[in-house]
Amino acid sequence: MKYSLQDLERFANEMRIDIIKMLHEAGSGHPGGSLSCIDAVTSIMYNYVGRTAQNAADPDRHRFVMSKGHGVPALYAVLARMGIVAQDELMTLRKINSRLQGHPVVTALPEVEFSTGSLGQGLSVAQGMAMAAKLDGKPLKIYCMIGDGELQEGQIWESLMSAPKFMLDNLIVLLDYNKGQIDGPTREVMDIEPVDEKLRAFNWDVQVIDGHDFKQLDEALTKAQNTGGKPHFIVAHTVKGKGVSFMEGVIDWHGKAPNDEQTVDALKELEARVNAAAEVAQ
Amino acid sequence: MSKKATRVSFGEQLAALGETNPEIVVFDADLAKSTQSLMFGSKYPERFFEMGIQEQNMIGAAAGMATMGKKPFICSFSIFVTGRFETIRMSIAYADVPVTIVGTHCGIGIGEDGYSQMALEDISIMRSLANMTVIQPADDAETKAAVRFLAEYKHPAFLRLTRQGVEQVHGEDYTFEFGKADELKTGSDGVIFATGAVVYNALKAAEQLESEGVNLRVVNIHTIKPLDEEHIIRAAKETGFVLTIEDHSIIGGLGSAVAEVLSEHAPTPMKRIGIYDTFGESGTPNGLYEKYKLDVKGLYEQIKASVQQPAVA
Repeated sequence: MKYSLQDLERFANEMRIDIIKMLHEAGSGHPGGSLSCIDAVTSIMYNYVGRTAQNAADPDRHRFVMSKGHGVPALYAVLARMGIVAQDELMTLRKINSRLQGHPVVTALPEVEFSTGSLGQGLSVAQGMAMAAKLDGKPLKIYCMIGDGELQEGQIWESLMSAPKFMLDNLIVLLDYNKGQIDGPTREVMDIEPVDEKLRAFNWDVQVIDGHDFKQLDEALTKAQNTGGKPHFIVAHTVKGKGVSFMEGVIDWHGKAPNDEQTVDALKELEARVNAAAEVAQ
Repeated sequence: MSKKATRVSFGEQLAALGETNPEIVVFDADLAKSTQSLMFGSKYPERFFEMGIQEQNMIGAAAGMATMGKKPFICSFSIFVTGRFETIRMSIAYADVPVTIVGTHCGIGIGEDGYSQMALEDISIMRSLANMTVIQPADDAETKAAVRFLAEYKHPAFLRLTRQGVEQVHGEDYTFEFGKADELKTGSDGVIFATGAVVYNALKAAEQLESEGVNLRVVNIHTIKPLDEEHIIRAAKETGFVLTIEDHSIIGGLGSAVAEVLSEHAPTPMKRIGIYDTFGESGTPNGLYEKYKLDVKGLYEQIKASVQQPAVA
């Protein structure tokens, strides 16, 4: 079943509330890159991976690998909303004995599909999953989320060179291009531009979209289902900290949790947006 | 049987297993002719993946395949693959996927290519990883048995193999027991723990010393992790003097592993024989074994000197 774009937007905005609460409770973490990718993660997980509690362990399931492991609060929020992780378990994020490690750990929580957090490695793993699906002739799709700073890793370029060789048209990579990394704006730290031209030169099927526009996300993901022999790369332009006005585009929110006061402000803004959307729907 | 490189034994066995185990997939990073993975690749091209000179991507892709139920073997010169330590740490060891890392051309025995291609530190770094098993076979029969074992093994493993031919220490009827020490010669004046290409040389050197009245036990350690601690402690207590021999740095290899166990459970005078905190160099394998005293003559001299002047107890 496909959810409506309005539903997806509502889910994502509700989960932004979860992300802020989780990070506030944890006292650390990465709000900027979690809020920038939640719209895409929501679109992929609900309407393309189609994850449910029932199919989470099915060997023939579509898979989503969060290569930018620091964005995992977005994935945990989705898994909780789907009932795969208990809602109150979200508040154990980053705490001792929690399955919700600061970066995803597959041996603790198999539903994250793989352990990531050391940047540049998840794409190779997703590539291997796509190769296995091809080898077995299974019509599975492998989705992988990478960050713009992550694109600076050498291993990413190994995989970007390799996936077209193996004609992995079942591999769909989404770049959460939020323009910021810990040490500053991506273009200043180590520019990745012209990223779409680089990917086309590497023989990928490339699309460039607004990563907060659910219609564009849906259209791009639909186009990426084609089996023309090329792996798919979606450059999703996003805003770091999207949804919380005082975090938006501010590098400093890459890797720190909001304090009590900031959490109140962030939740007020996010809840107002969710409530306003609910009124419009009625 | 004459001398045979353990990489050749590996290639033959893996290609044979391809027939009975359809889940085996093999990756190489532009060294398939050297690692002998091509024996599998030419028989089962659909299950063989030429990854180009991309060791990190090979590690990750194999890990991804392992999550889909495949049994990957990834092959390269040992230092080129184990040198990607953090990728192995994250994508294989921590994820606990059943990938076997096959490192060939280990030790100074690689010869003429010189130090840049030589793995003298690979046991040390692989041994430090939780979840990682480390196996180094001594000859043809042991390599084949280890490969058969690893094809069914459900966790990360590192298999260390030689470029150069090695003499046979086991018969065809050899039974490989994972995690168990393999006693080759009895003795009570001391015990030699040896691993890999130097096991045969250690055995011959011990036989020479036997004729001079020095009665040394020789134990082959094919599984360096998990180590057969019980056997090592018992042999140390029974003989009172321990030598370790390896074509690897004495820092972090078999010698260190044995010393760690004994210093906690049965402190025993000991001597670690191997590469003494230095780099290798170019030369023929035999020439290098002579220069670095890992051939029969060199080991005989090193062992004799150690036995005559054991460390202060």
